[in-house]
Amino acid sequence: MDNISEVLAEIVGPEYVSDFPEEKYIYSMDPGTMPACEPDIVVMPGSTEEVQKIVQAANARRVPLVPLGAGLVLSGLSRALKGGIVLDMKRMNRIVEINEVSRYALVEAGTSQGMLQAHLKKHFPNLKHSVPDAPPAATIAGNVSIHGSGHMSHAAGFHSDMLNGLEVVLPTGEVVRIGSCAVSPYWFARAPLPDLAGLFLGWAGTTGVITKLAIKLYPNYPLNDVGVFVCEDASLMPDILYRITGTQVAEDVTAWMTPKPDWAAGFLHCNVNYGAQTKNELIWKRNLIRAAVENYIDDKTGGFLPLPGMMKQRFLEAPNRQLAQFADVRKGGGFEYVGAIMPAELFPEAYELGLDIAQKLAVSYSMGCRIIGVNHSMMFYYAYAFNRADPDDVARAQGALEETNKRVLALGGVPWKAEAPAQREILHKMDPNMVEMMRRVRSVLDPNGIMNPGNWEGI
Amino acid sequence: MKYAEILHRCFRCGYCKLPGNYVDFNCPAYAAFRFETYSPGGRMWLLRAWLDHRLEPSRRFQEILFSCTACGNCVEQCALTKIKDELLLAFTAGKAELVDAGKVPPAVGDCLTKLQKYGNPYGISRKKRADWTAAAVELFSDQEFLFFPGDVGAFDSRGREIARSVATLLTRLGVSFGILGEREVSDGNEAHAMGESELFRLLAAENIEQFNERGVKKIIALSPHGYNALKNEYPALGGAYQVFHYSQILAAHAGRLSVKDNPGKARVTYHDPCYLGRHNREYGAARKVLAALPGVEVREMDRCRQDALCCGGGGGNLFSGILANGPESPARNRVAEALETGAAILAVSCPGCAVMLEDAVKSSNLDQRLQIKEISEIVNERLDGRN
Repeated sequence: MDNISEVLAEIVGPEYVSDFPEEKYIYSMDPGTMPACEPDIVVMPGSTEEVQKIVQAANARRVPLVPLGAGLVLSGLSRALKGGIVLDMKRMNRIVEINEVSRYALVEAGTSQGMLQAHLKKHFPNLKHSVPDAPPAATIAGNVSIHGSGHMSHAAGFHSDMLNGLEVVLPTGEVVRIGSCAVSPYWFARAPLPDLAGLFLGWAGTTGVITKLAIKLYPNYPLNDVGVFVCEDASLMPDILYRITGTQVAEDVTAWMTPKPDWAAGFLHCNVNYGAQTKNELIWKRNLIRAAVENYIDDKTGGFLPLPGMMKQRFLEAPNRQLAQFADVRKGGGFEYVGAIMPAELFPEAYELGLDIAQKLAVSYSMGCRIIGVNHSMMFYYAYAFNRADPDDVARAQGALEETNKRVLALGGVPWKAEAPAQREILHKMDPNMVEMMRRVRSVLDPNGIMNPGNWEGI
Repeated sequence: MKYAEILHRCFRCGYCKLPGNYVDFNCPAYAAFRFETYSPGGRMWLLRAWLDHRLEPSRRFQEILFSCTACGNCVEQCALTKIKDELLLAFTAGKAELVDAGKVPPAVGDCLTKLQKYGNPYGISRKKRADWTAAAVELFSDQEFLFFPGDVGAFDSRGREIARSVATLLTRLGVSFGILGEREVSDGNEAHAMGESELFRLLAAENIEQFNERGVKKIIALSPHGYNALKNEYPALGGAYQVFHYSQILAAHAGRLSVKDNPGKARVTYHDPCYLGRHNREYGAARKVLAALPGVEVREMDRCRQDALCCGGGGGNLFSGILANGPESPARNRVAEALETGAAILAVSCPGCAVMLEDAVKSSNLDQRLQIKEISEIVNERLDGRN
């Protein structure tokens, strides 16, 4: 790797290339439970042109290349499973354009969620983007490319649905623009062209390197509120979610279930976040949501929690920094996170599945879901805390992760941002013709197999 | 190693890299180098790996540890409330382990040696400690305050200008103060932050002995670093005094400043020093002084108060220079941010920050667009003869 190290240093400058043991160690893992895989080199490009040259150099030498955002995926997708180069994209964090009227943001791939949030707050306070529950250091490109979701997902779907266009460096070094930006200076939509964006969404960086992307922005309401509907019977949740989402007035609908704090144990909570331009509009929306579930309130099987101001503020905060505290539940700096995309009607089974695994493997858990679209699907999550200093505890969380993935698949869901072993489980269950098509697409785009090898392979 | 038990508890969520408003990176070492290793979370995991014998304390490892400026942004922003207060203590403990093992970057070793040998990090004879003074400054005898210029104020050429300016203003305001002169040694704050706790104790003990011999009760520190050590660390070593940063004394006199009739307009932005701001929660004093000056318009940077970006000089980095160079250096980043406010003056209240930021202005070729001024300098320019 000596030769490529020099080539990379020439491309980006020696200060942005490292094959020191310290960088190789830190970039060998993410905060999840997947085992470490050391890269040979870490490089930090500053522009699309530099990415292009790096990809060309790697492709010519058939050296594996692994794109990395903030490294917060928790399923080890940015580990160099077969060695090679980790491409840390975070120096490419310029906000290129905000189109206020057409409501989109064009950003470089290393731009963090927090940085765009701050930029909009300062310069375009009437606009916002859909913020995931990930910490603000998470990158926009990373979250879109894994089909993430966030605080506008009830209103507008997966974050990949909010994508207007991409600039991508193909594994063979060509720079491609996808969406309206391919024929226009505006990055307003992926329609009406053949939609090639899907070649880079959900592929875990195996088909190219995203260097720029445009995402949709939404009105940032001056008034915001949240209601928390509570019940004790999981079998009622599909109907409750169906009714609430049917009003189409909320921006975000999420459920959460956790044994801690004590007052929350055993209850199923459904947060309904909504905003408005005026007080009357806010009250009207509140009444609509309440009316949708009035039957449950009337027969006392459910009701809205009275929320103290501080708690309400916390539920309105995006991202909610308290979520990171789950990593300290076992005083061990870790939690593993299985997100499963599944139909909303599977809520009761998904919930039982989580309880069963947590009890069986004695892991600390937190569960919940985010509704995607108008109840079109849900991202049901299972978070298992672990102590990374205790190998047995790590193994327990890993076991819970594996079993959850298997049972989610059996239930009819699909693990989200699946780690390499879970990808293999999915491939085993997948329509063989889709598997073959994925293989063919990849071999066309990446004839030398340099892009994040070890992912979406193995059968 | 002390605090080793918290190292693995870091989740590396990355809040520590950002300010509270997320506007840009705010860990100075991470912002400068951009490798995850230089982030607070990276340091936590590297330290753990070293203790577990998975990494050697290489030159790179040492540089990563000592690039921490102890600015406290990570403590301010960490999402893990049960360990956040111990983050800096853990980094300092890690540095202490390296110091004990003799594994420190050469510039750090040089700085510590000079502190030990000369009582200051410049390696200048302590007899020259009072050379900064204007003729009128007296040695401390029975004045109300001891004025403590610290190492930068006593030895750095820019620091000396600032020490003189502050002393002149204190005199004009009728504050009764004296200095220790060559009896003073380094406050030890940087030795402490670099993990040399024994050296810190020796330096502090020497100062405390001098203070106590002379019956010092109240101290005005020029440097926020000295202010921090004198106020927070000396009491545990038997040196309890009323300690003020000079900006606090100026703020107390802000309403009584007699200013020229037409002092002219100036657009100013203020840089919060870490040891005054995040470490000691003093955000108002300097702003109160600036607000009292007619014609001065203060514009805040996006990263201000508890979100301020460190100049890159803390934790001994002013002397080791680990963070001083390169286009992404915190000081260059900071002067660029100051310019974005439209200000023509970047006001400071720390001689170390003044040195770092002035170098950055020069290396960024911004001399014609941005001046670094310490707040007493701005006040002195605007006072009429009645003060």
